[in-house]
Amino acid sequence: MNATMTPSDWLQLTGHFASLSLLGVGGAITTTPEMQRFLVLQQHWLSQEQFGSSIALAQAAPGPNILFIALMGWNVGLNAAGGLGAGATAWWLALLGMTLAMLGSLLPSCTLNYLATRWAQRNQHLLAVRAFKTGMAPVVIGLLISIGWLLSASHDRPGDWRLWLLTAIATLLVWRTRLHLLLLMGAGALLGAFGLV
Amino acid sequence: MKPALPTDPLADDAAPQPRSRADLFWTFTWLALQGFGGVLAVVQRELVEKKRWLTREQFLEEWAVAQIMPGPNVLNLAMVLGGRHFGLSGALAAASGLLALPLLLVLALAVLYGSVAETPVAQGALRGMGAVSAGLIAATGLKLAPALRGSPMGLAAAARIALLSFIAIAWLRLPLAWVLLSVGGLSCGWAAYRLRGSAPRQEPK
Repeated sequence: MNATMTPSDWLQLTGHFASLSLLGVGGAITTTPEMQRFLVLQQHWLSQEQFGSSIALAQAAPGPNILFIALMGWNVGLNAAGGLGAGATAWWLALLGMTLAMLGSLLPSCTLNYLATRWAQRNQHLLAVRAFKTGMAPVVIGLLISIGWLLSASHDRPGDWRLWLLTAIATLLVWRTRLHLLLLMGAGALLGAFGLV
Repeated sequence: MKPALPTDPLADDAAPQPRSRADLFWTFTWLALQGFGGVLAVVQRELVEKKRWLTREQFLEEWAVAQIMPGPNVLNLAMVLGGRHFGLSGALAAASGLLALPLLLVLALAVLYGSVAETPVAQGALRGMGAVSAGLIAATGLKLAPALRGSPMGLAAAARIALLSFIAIAWLRLPLAWVLLSVGGLSCGWAAYRLRGSAPRQEPK
C-alpha cells in the first residue's frame, strides 16, 4: 500500500493521535473506532489489514496494548515509503511515524493524568472527585465490552460466524477461568493458521 | 531526594517502597514483559503480592482512577506510583520501564510479521489472534462488572449506564466524545446526587 505524506500530513497524524489522547478513557484502545474512521476510511494512510494487524500484534506481544499505536505509526511510515523494499528510507519514515504517533498519543494524557491525580490525591474528599470516580466506572465497563464487539464486527468476509464464535468463547474463558492468556492467543493463532476460522 | 511523605491515610509507615528510580524502571519492565493481552492480573500480583508497594485496598482505588483517566491504565498507575515516591523523574522512570523494552519487542514482531504478511498461514494466525484479543477486552469489562455492586449509584442505575454506553457505542456507533459527555455526564451527575445524600466516607451496611 502506498500513501504520500506531506509535512502537513505528518502534523495531522500527530494531531489526530493527540486529539484522541484525552478521549481514551479506559485505555487508548477505546478510541480505535475513531482511528479506523480517520486513518483507514478517510485518509487511506493505513489498509484495513494493517489496522487490524497493528492491534492484534500489540495484543499478542507482551507489554501495554498502547503499543498498537506505535505499530500504526510505523505502518503509516512504511506506506509513505512504499513498503520495506525502499530500504533505509522506509526504516526512517517508519520510525518517524512511530515516534510522532506515540508522542501525540502519550504526551497529552500523561500530562493530564500526572497533574490530575496529584490534585485528586489532595482533594480526595471533594464531591466532584468522588462523583467522577463513581460515575465513570459503569461507562468504562460498557465501553470495554463495546470494543470487543466492534473489533469482532470489523471482520467482513464470509465465514464470519466462526470468528464471532471464537471471540465469544475467548470472552467466556477469560471471564470465567484462570487459563493463561498466552495459551488462548496460541490457540487462536493455530486455529487461524490452519484456516479453521 | 527527600523521603516520600505518607500522604495516604491508609499508608503504613513500614510498608515497602520502591528503593530508587532504577527499581521502578526494572519493576515495571519485568511487569510489562509478563503482561500478554492484559496486564491487570500481573500488575496486581507484582505490586500487591510480591513487592507490597500497595495494599489490596490502595491498589483497587488507584486502579479505578488509572482506569478512568484517559490513557493506558497501567501507564497511568505506573506514573502515579513513580510520582508519589520520586516526583516527576520517578513517574518518567516507571513509564519508560513499562514502554522501552516492550516497544522494541513489538517492532521486531511487526517486522517479522511484515516479511510473512502475504502468506495465508500468517494472515490466518493473526486473524485468529485478533478474534481472541477482541474476547480478552470484552472479558476485562465483564470481570470489572462485579465492582459495580458496591457502587453508591446503586447497582440498577450503574448497570443501566453500562448498558446504555454499550448500545450507544457498539450498536448506534455514536462518536466516543459524544457518549462520554452525554452518558458519562449523566452518570457523574447521578453519582453526585446520590453521594450528596450520604455522609462522606460512609461505609455500606
